[in-house]
Amino acid sequence: MSHTSIGISTPATAQRTLPRPTGLWVLLGLLTIMALLPLVASPYALLLMLPFIAYGIALLGFNLLFGTTGLLSFGHALFLGVGAYAAAVLTSKLGVLSFELLLVTAALASGVIALAVGALCVRYTRIFFGMLTLAFGMLFHSFLFKFYGLTGGDQGMRVLRPLLLGMEWRGGKTAFLTGPFYYYALALFALLGLAMWRITQSPFGLHLRAIRENAGKAAYVGVEIFRMRLAAFVISAVYGGIGGVILAVTTGLADPELAYWTHSGNLVFMAVLGGSGSFAGPAVGALAFVVLQDFVMSITQYWRFVMGGTLVLLVVFLPQGLSGAIELFAVRRKERPPHAA
Amino acid sequence: MQPDRAPALETTPLFETIRVSKAYGVYLALRDVSFQVSDGEFVSIVGPNGAGKTTLVNVVTGLLTPTRGEVRFLGGDIAGVGPVELARRGMSRTFQLVNIFPALTVRETLAVAVASRLRRVANPFRSLRRDDVLQAEAERVAEVLGLRARLDIVASTLSQGEKKLLDIASAFALNPTVILLDEPTSGVSTGDKHAIMEVLVTAAKAVGVRAIVQVEHDMDLVERYSHRIVALQEGSVLADMAPEAFFADPAMISAVVGTRRKTMRTP
Repeated sequence: MSHTSIGISTPATAQRTLPRPTGLWVLLGLLTIMALLPLVASPYALLLMLPFIAYGIALLGFNLLFGTTGLLSFGHALFLGVGAYAAAVLTSKLGVLSFELLLVTAALASGVIALAVGALCVRYTRIFFGMLTLAFGMLFHSFLFKFYGLTGGDQGMRVLRPLLLGMEWRGGKTAFLTGPFYYYALALFALLGLAMWRITQSPFGLHLRAIRENAGKAAYVGVEIFRMRLAAFVISAVYGGIGGVILAVTTGLADPELAYWTHSGNLVFMAVLGGSGSFAGPAVGALAFVVLQDFVMSITQYWRFVMGGTLVLLVVFLPQGLSGAIELFAVRRKERPPHAA
Repeated sequence: MQPDRAPALETTPLFETIRVSKAYGVYLALRDVSFQVSDGEFVSIVGPNGAGKTTLVNVVTGLLTPTRGEVRFLGGDIAGVGPVELARRGMSRTFQLVNIFPALTVRETLAVAVASRLRRVANPFRSLRRDDVLQAEAERVAEVLGLRARLDIVASTLSQGEKKLLDIASAFALNPTVILLDEPTSGVSTGDKHAIMEVLVTAAKAVGVRAIVQVEHDMDLVERYSHRIVALQEGSVLADMAPEAFFADPAMISAVVGTRRKTMRTP
C-alpha cells in the first residue's frame, strides 16, 4: 500500500511551508543603517538611538521567552533594573569603571536572580506566569524604592562614565555617548543579535518552540519542559541586564522606575508593536516605540493617551505587529499578477 | 508486529503491569490489572467506553500515578517516572486526539524527538540546520512513515490522516523499544485507517520497535493486526487471549463490544 494514499487532500504547493529565515537579515540591515547614521544624523537623534539599542537587546531576550517559548512576562523590567543598578553600584560605590566588567557583572547578577525567580515562575504558564513575574518585578521595585541607604531610594544612583576597552574618553558627555559608546553598544547589539539567532536556530531553540506549541506533547518526545523554560528565562534575563547597563550609562542614572511594572508594560508594547512572531520584530518595535514616544511627547502632554490608543489600534488591526504587516504587504505585492503592457 | 500475526519472539516480558489499580476518589477506574507484553508482540487493549483503557495507558506512560500496583519496563519500575524519563528509557506513546506542534514543519516536529534522543540541546549555539546526523535521522523517520514529501510543510496545514501519521512518527523518532498507541486511527476516514496501520507496522519493523500496544475500538483492525487481545471491563481484565480465541467466542465479543457487531465505535 502506498504511503502517499493517506488523506492527502491538497497538493504540497498549496500548503504552507516554513517562511524563509529573513529575520537575521532584517536585523543586520537595521544595524547597518544604524552604523551609518552618525554620518548624517544629529547628536539628538543619535542619543535617541541609544535607548533603542538598549531596548533592542533586552527585547531579543524578552522575545526568546515570549515569541519562542510562549511565556509572557509582565516583570521583565526587573532585569533592566538589575543591570542598571549593577552598573551604578560598580561605578559609584566600588570605583569599577571597566564597561566590560559592568556587562559581565550585570549579566551574572541578572542570570543568578533569574535562576531563583524563574525556578518558581516557569512552573506556571499563561496568566499565572505573567502575574508571578509582575509580582517579582514589584518586589524588586519596592526594594529599590524603600532601601534608601543601599539604593538611593527615589533619587536612584548615579552611573559614572565607564572606560571602553580600558580606554578613557576625555571629551564631553554627548560626544562620548554619540561616538565611542554608540558604536560599542551597536557592536554589542550585533553580537548579541547573532548569538540570539544561533540560539533560536539550534535544537535548543527548537525545543523551546515545541514547548510553546504544545508542552504536553513535547514532554512525551523527551523535551525537558522545566529546564528548557528556566534556561530561556535566564538567557532572557541576561539580555535584559545588558540592556539595563546601556540604558543606565546613557542616562547616567539607575532609577527605581526602570524596574517599575509600567516599564515592563513598555517592553510588552514594543514586542507587540514590532511583532513577536518574527526574529527582528521586537527590535523594530523598540525603534518604533522610541521614535514614536519622542515624537508624541514633543507635541502633546497627553502622550500616554496617544500611545495607549496606538496599542489598541495595533492589537485590533495589526495583531502581527509592524513586521507582520510588512511581510503581508510584501507577500501581496509578490502575488499580484503583472499588469498587461 | 505483522498483519499475519507471526508468534512473539520471546516470552520474557518487555513490559508488564502488576495488580495496577487507579482510583478517582471513590470511583475505581482500574482494579488489579495485570498483563504482560513480550518481545515482538502487537497487543490490543479493547473494551467498551469507560472500561479503563485510556486510564491504563495513562498510568503506564506516567501521565497518571497508579493508586496501587507496579508498572515494570525492561525490569525497572516506571510507575510515575514522568514522560521525559519514560521516553529516555525507550517507551513512547501517541494520544487519542491528534497531538501535534501546529506551527512546526514535519521536519522540525521529527527533529524535536531526534534532538531529545541524541541529546542535542545542552549547547544552545549548536546549529540545527547543519547537524547532518540529526537531519538524516528526521528524514529517515519521515521516509518510513511516508511523510518524506511533506518534510517542509507546516503541521497545521496537513490533512487529518497526515496529522495522525505525524503524531505517530514523532513517537517513532524516539527509536522506542515499546510504543503505546491510544486509538491510532481515531478521527481518520475508514479508507485511511488501514493505510495508517500498514505504515505503522512497516515503520515499527524498520526502526526496531520491539512491541506495540494499542487501544483500539475498530474490531477489524484489532483482529487483523493483534497477536493478543487484552479485554477490559469496568476496570478489570476480562480476557487476555489470542485474537482467534477472542473472535471465536460470541459471548466475549458481546461482553466487550456490547453487540455482536464486529466494529465498535465511540459515540
